[in-house]
Amino acid sequence: MTRDELLGSLSKAFGEKLSQRTEFRGETSLTISPADLRELANFCRTDLSFDYLLDITSIDNFGEESRFELIYHLYSMRHCVHLRLKLKVPDEIGPVDTVSDIWPTANWHEREAFDMMGIKFKGHPDLRRILMWDGYPFFPLRKDFPLQGLPSDMPDIAFTKVTPMEGGPFVTLPSTAGSKDREPRARPPEL
Amino acid sequence: MPETRSTAYDSKIEGNVIFTRFDAALNWVRKNSLWPMPMGLACCAIELMAAAASRFDIARFGAEVMRFSPRQCDVMIVAGTVTYKMALAVKRIYEQMPEPKWVIAMGACASTGGMYRSYATLQGVDQLIPVDVYISGCPPRPEALLAGLMKLQEKISGERSFRDQTPGLAEKLEDALA
Repeated sequence: MTRDELLGSLSKAFGEKLSQRTEFRGETSLTISPADLRELANFCRTDLSFDYLLDITSIDNFGEESRFELIYHLYSMRHCVHLRLKLKVPDEIGPVDTVSDIWPTANWHEREAFDMMGIKFKGHPDLRRILMWDGYPFFPLRKDFPLQGLPSDMPDIAFTKVTPMEGGPFVTLPSTAGSKDREPRARPPEL
Repeated sequence: MPETRSTAYDSKIEGNVIFTRFDAALNWVRKNSLWPMPMGLACCAIELMAAAASRFDIARFGAEVMRFSPRQCDVMIVAGTVTYKMALAVKRIYEQMPEPKWVIAMGACASTGGMYRSYATLQGVDQLIPVDVYISGCPPRPEALLAGLMKLQEKISGERSFRDQTPGLAEKLEDALA
């Protein structure tokens, strides 16, 4: 099946539930509501053979009404088609349904989203931190978490300190210049 | 009764006996058989492996015996980014190494945190364990690691291991020998 046929059968089954559709470079993103996630994911997996969950990305839209956003990157090995499902997470840490029973790889992706952003997943079999250690008190990829970190201490397990920022952070600039000019350098945060 | 006789001069052992200071002999032994603890945490570990391979051949300096048990190691080569999650594990491994022990901080990350000015990275392993030699580079070439190893050998050959055990003993012996 082609991309249009797949999307056609998807919109036939879930017409009014797909609130927004964007196309970019031949790839489609659909905005859905968290309540429909499991139903849609099951349909994509079994009926449309989106058998590969590439990644789950979490975004912190700090200052906006619904703060967090999850993006599921799907790929169909059989039809060679990409599909993105975007959903706004309603509350501050409102639990989202897990898809780890539909795509087993979602287990670790969801743990990462929980570890870095603090987004919880309902029905996840083992929702522990995956990169930071158990008991680390912050969610470090949130926009209100400072880059230099916050001090924490768990005796005999791990500690963190505030990082001095002189001579850093090393950032690149959005530009179309060559890689030599875009190379990460110490720049004041205003730039 | 076994026969006792003077050994001040014995033609049978002539040329096979060397007189030296005990520190010098011990340091010579130590510096030429530095067994490293390969604390490879990032890309510097690849250069550490290159230094051990035939082209650069760390065995020329007696440091080819990479031991994966800290109990058999003399020098810990911290090669890579030390994250806070890894920091106490590095310290525990260092503490398990027997004395005397030395530490080489290999590369920018192990020395200062390098380009990782962030919440996750320890800003230099010297905040945790004492470091003897810092090697610059990101990552340093194997030659730089060998240069660092030679610097450490220089440092070891200047150490006075036994002077502190009995204060004044070394001077007394020196005076007696003079």
